[in-house]
Amino acid sequence: MNLVEFKNVSRSYQMGSVTVAALQDVTLSIPKGAFTALVGPSGSGKTTALNLIGCLDKPSQGEVLVAGQSTGGMNRKQGADFRGEKLGFVFQDFNLLPVLTVFENIEYPLLMIRDMPKNLRRPLVEKVLAAVSMENQADKYPAQLSGGQKQRVAIARALVGNPLLVLADEPTANLDGATAKTVVELMKQMRDEFGTTFVFSTHDPRIMDQAELTFHILDGRLMDGPAGAKEVDHV
Amino acid sequence: MFKVLRLAIKNLLRYKRRTLLTGLLIVVGVVAVIVFSGLSGSFKQAIVGQITDSVLSHLQVHRKGYLASIDNLPLDRMMPPKAFEKLETILSGAEGIAAYSPRIKFGAMLSNYTQTTNVRLNGIDPAKEQKTVPLLASRVKDAAHDDVLLKPGEVLLPEILAKGMDLKTGDTVVLVANNKEGSVNGMTFKVAGIVESLMGPGGRDGYLHIDDSVALLRMETPEISEVAIRVKNFGNLKTVAGKLNDLVAPLTNKQGGPMFEVHTWEQLTPFYNIIRMIDVMTLGIRIILIAVVLISVLNVMMMSVYERVREIGTLAAMGTRPGRIMALFVAEGICLGLAGAIIGSLIGAGILWIMNLTGVDVAFGSNNQIFTLSPTIAPAEVALTCIIVLGVSILASLQPAAKAAGLEPVEALRHV
Repeated sequence: MNLVEFKNVSRSYQMGSVTVAALQDVTLSIPKGAFTALVGPSGSGKTTALNLIGCLDKPSQGEVLVAGQSTGGMNRKQGADFRGEKLGFVFQDFNLLPVLTVFENIEYPLLMIRDMPKNLRRPLVEKVLAAVSMENQADKYPAQLSGGQKQRVAIARALVGNPLLVLADEPTANLDGATAKTVVELMKQMRDEFGTTFVFSTHDPRIMDQAELTFHILDGRLMDGPAGAKEVDHV
Repeated sequence: MFKVLRLAIKNLLRYKRRTLLTGLLIVVGVVAVIVFSGLSGSFKQAIVGQITDSVLSHLQVHRKGYLASIDNLPLDRMMPPKAFEKLETILSGAEGIAAYSPRIKFGAMLSNYTQTTNVRLNGIDPAKEQKTVPLLASRVKDAAHDDVLLKPGEVLLPEILAKGMDLKTGDTVVLVANNKEGSVNGMTFKVAGIVESLMGPGGRDGYLHIDDSVALLRMETPEISEVAIRVKNFGNLKTVAGKLNDLVAPLTNKQGGPMFEVHTWEQLTPFYNIIRMIDVMTLGIRIILIAVVLISVLNVMMMSVYERVREIGTLAAMGTRPGRIMALFVAEGICLGLAGAIIGSLIGAGILWIMNLTGVDVAFGSNNQIFTLSPTIAPAEVALTCIIVLGVSILASLQPAAKAAGLEPVEALRHV
């Protein structure tokens, strides 16, 4: 069963008098549980594709389906509810809230988005904290953590609500090689542990090989044949 | 709601110096309003108290048309005896009236046998007058009696005349007055005290017994110029005045017009305009406070939104609804305003408390009369100030909060 489907999706932006085609006629499918990489150089359209999957943007043409729901027709509130319920995000710059501790950062989606009571929140947060091996750093603030630790917290935050899909935009771009590898392995481990589908964008050749399904994007178009997909492993 | 406030407080504390400075501005504004309101309120109270409790009283009833020419002290516009009897009957039965005092007001010549000058006089019933204007006795210096203002055959002279004519308690003076038919009469009186001057109408008048006024003016039956009335509860003055107006309205003169007119102290003294001016100044201070809060909160919230665009994008991307993002920023404004209002109120109330302990002396009027103020502020006024600050803080944070909530997540995440 496909969790994400792009049907002839194009996305263009108006920059002054010039129309920039960020994504052109892309058709792809991402099955549930896949550990997927969107690969391509900077400006190739990877982030645009992630934004479309994440209901942060709408296609200019075509249709994007996530968990069977077309994202194009959603208004802002519906999009927010959909993201809060079904999606998790990991950002290149971690984007942790600096005024909250590690525990509070992870707790945020449950507290502020799902309005979950404390007795239900705590075990969920402790579970993901343990899963990313950050249980001993729970009371620290983001400024007290290393880059790798911050990304672990960000992954835990993305996973705490048990989403169907985690979208990670260049999650290793700000990390050194060894940490980057560890983070990708952690994401893969989380996929195995929680059954969550991961889609991440990268142009780092050291980690793109870790993906089980890779889509190469260049100048807004899918490469590697009509489907644009290259199955790497066991999906 | 609590979780939103908690996060708002954490965000405010992120920029401690900026929050402190903005909070300080609000605190200073609130303190200024509370101290000024307390001082001006007690100043108003002191002036109104002096004017009403020692000269004017709370209400006055005159024959219709008398007040328009009160400066001339006209003897032909006095209350006819029968009309006054009816008025007394009404006053005796009217609700809310504590005391009343009939007065015969007239002008006379005052002589100390070597010098002569004009004097404005009030013929009074000393017992009734003391009940109606209880502070009058405190204005009498070198009083001849402790228990009564004056006795028949005695006069209380205004300080300014006594000083000019070198008169003191115990001296004998001659008062010469014209009655309404134009005949002149003179009588000797003993000075029973010197009345300190007070600003406003009646503040430089002399007093004599009402029976002496009748004799001096050669009235066959007493004709009253005005009736001063003290109400039981000053706060109900308007209501009592309204009811009294209704009660005297049916009393008509020969032409069928109204016989009496009722005036509150506000209509009798130009100092009411000063009171109103003080109210306008208080309003002005409040407007300045509103401007200070509006500008400072708006500024800090706009800065906050501008500096946290990516963070707002992150919150939106994670699924935070636009309404909740807006609430987060409005809550920051509320916390800032509330903290400033509470701290400012406490400091302001503390300053007033200290002023109350020490007392504040204020010189006022052409003779630099000293008022010792005991500034206080009603809890409702403090609450109103806090509500204003809170309301303006919410208002000031609405626009930046709406801007934050309206940010497109994609654009916000791209923001550098």
